[in-house]
Amino acid sequence: MVEIPREKLLDMYRTMVRIRRFEERTAKEFAAGKIPGSVHLYIGEEAVGTGVISHLRKDDYIFSTHRGHGHLIAKGGKTDRAMAELFAKKTGYCLGKGGSMHIADTDIGMLGAAGIVGSGITLANGAALSSVLRKTDQVTVCFFGDGASNRGSFHEGINLAAVWCLPVIFVCENNLWAVSVPTSCSLKIRDIADRAVGYGIPGVVVDGMDVLAVYEVAGEAVARARSGGGPTLIEAKTYRYRGHFEGDSGIYRPKEEVEAWLKRDPIKLYQEKLLEMKVITPEMAKQIDEEALAEMDAAVKFAEESPPPGPEEVLNGVYA
Amino acid sequence: MKELNFRQAIGEALLEEMERDPNVFIIGEDVGKMGGLMGELGDAYSRFGAERVRDTPLSEDAILGCAIGAAITGMRPVAQLRFVDFMGVCWDNILNQASKMRYMFGGKISVPVVMTALSGAGRRSAAQHSQSLEGMMSNIPGLKIVLPSTAYDAKGLMKSAIRDGNPVVYFEHKLLMWTGPKSQVPEGEYLVPIGKADIKREGKDVTVVATAFNVHRALKVADKLQQEKGISIEIVDPRTIKPLDKEAILNSVKKTGRLVCYIEECDTGGFAQQVAAIVADEAFDYLDAPIKRVTAPDTPVPYGQYLEDHWIPMEPKLIKAIEEITA
Repeated sequence: MVEIPREKLLDMYRTMVRIRRFEERTAKEFAAGKIPGSVHLYIGEEAVGTGVISHLRKDDYIFSTHRGHGHLIAKGGKTDRAMAELFAKKTGYCLGKGGSMHIADTDIGMLGAAGIVGSGITLANGAALSSVLRKTDQVTVCFFGDGASNRGSFHEGINLAAVWCLPVIFVCENNLWAVSVPTSCSLKIRDIADRAVGYGIPGVVVDGMDVLAVYEVAGEAVARARSGGGPTLIEAKTYRYRGHFEGDSGIYRPKEEVEAWLKRDPIKLYQEKLLEMKVITPEMAKQIDEEALAEMDAAVKFAEESPPPGPEEVLNGVYA
Repeated sequence: MKELNFRQAIGEALLEEMERDPNVFIIGEDVGKMGGLMGELGDAYSRFGAERVRDTPLSEDAILGCAIGAAITGMRPVAQLRFVDFMGVCWDNILNQASKMRYMFGGKISVPVVMTALSGAGRRSAAQHSQSLEGMMSNIPGLKIVLPSTAYDAKGLMKSAIRDGNPVVYFEHKLLMWTGPKSQVPEGEYLVPIGKADIKREGKDVTVVATAFNVHRALKVADKLQQEKGISIEIVDPRTIKPLDKEAILNSVKKTGRLVCYIEECDTGGFAQQVAAIVADEAFDYLDAPIKRVTAPDTPVPYGQYLEDHWIPMEPKLIKAIEEITA
């Protein structure tokens, strides 16, 4: 295990707690009818985005998914502007035009959540090629799920990245379910990471509930990409605690399976480890949590008090 | 001035823009040593190398996705998708990504990517290599659509497309690429603005709105009818389908009082219908006769001269339509 600075360990914990609290608050506001469109929550998968993005610089790029709030927050996105976007307000990241599935913030290299599963895989190559042509050492991370790994863009995209040795890290968040279809019905292989062999790049499986394990494999992949060693396919085994979208009860999933994964909650596991490592105390953990709750109160207040976009905004922003 | 054919004009535009702006690069199948399917890229590969003239695997979705990703991070790629028919393979990147990113992300991202593709019938290439889809694509907000008919326009529009901050679909009609008439073009640099129509022939009796190779068919018809029947035809070439220079079309119809939309596309939902609708809506009182559409039937493009020449709206169909409304 690599040595991780104490401040980095704490940052990761704080990020995971903030993502969890943001998503819980989103669920509450959605249920209260405050969020007009659909939301897909990242609860249960916090360790993956956090562990990977902790290696990135502000000028590195990420491409996210329909389940993108966690990636945005880990990359440095603001929870108040994200909540305002969910509330469809003018102060939101997309001026209320995109909603949950289209949040992007170029200032922090977050190049978009996605309404089309798997679309980021080919786009990520372009951002990576761009940094190669501009001769920077930026890297690009592309997140996607087990469902996306069955799309054509996965094959075309990863093959091209491999052939051109692009600085991309493909991170498959395998939460075992593509809406209601389990991976047992959509994959003949056990590990999606095995597909890396077909493209001639490294593929690695990691426990997506263990942020330190994710941090370690992502560190190697990011270092490889940054030093010109080309792409890596990381498969993080994880689980979404909620339905595919808010309002989906998830009745298709066996109760025992859900319970088993809940026992391996990534935040609980990490907290136990940090306590054991004496990086935090129970009081500090409580304080981090209270700060996160207060941040989300402020985010919701900001969203509620923000003005809506005016009807003239419908016609703006189609063309540069 | 110098004389260029359509292919050479496109090649010159690309090379000049690559010379001018180091962020411009070409990505696509066979763009490297082969110099493009038609050799239109000339010596781009030997001049700019494999880094900026990028041969790809046969992966249209990866080609276009890569171009878009590069465009939103500061580059100005030209993605060669070969045939418009192949855009079916990378449709998501056209329909949902390039065209919508700017709007759905709140106007912060710009997507300066050019997508080029051969379109049109007449090369006996059958249903999957002969379509014209500009009308259908014009229904997608966020795209600009360019459809030049001459070498002069092709060069100037390509340069404008590369400098534009938006996704531009640039269609090259096959017959223009293979056998199109040459143009005189200036030695020095010039641009043709996107969104500006060109009157390819002035006339007073009938307005014919024509695009791509149909402009040349219409020019032949205009000469013939002028000579034989004294009918004076004005040919308006929009050059860009989107944004459309409505004013040029409306002004012409206001002068002539008659309109034929002469477009090589399947009729239903095509560009001809759009032009007819605009004129019916905004210049109805100026019309002296019903608007005519001379288009292709709603069938796939058939193979072989025995069938394809009946699918393509050839000159006799245009003549018939004009005679009907001038009788």
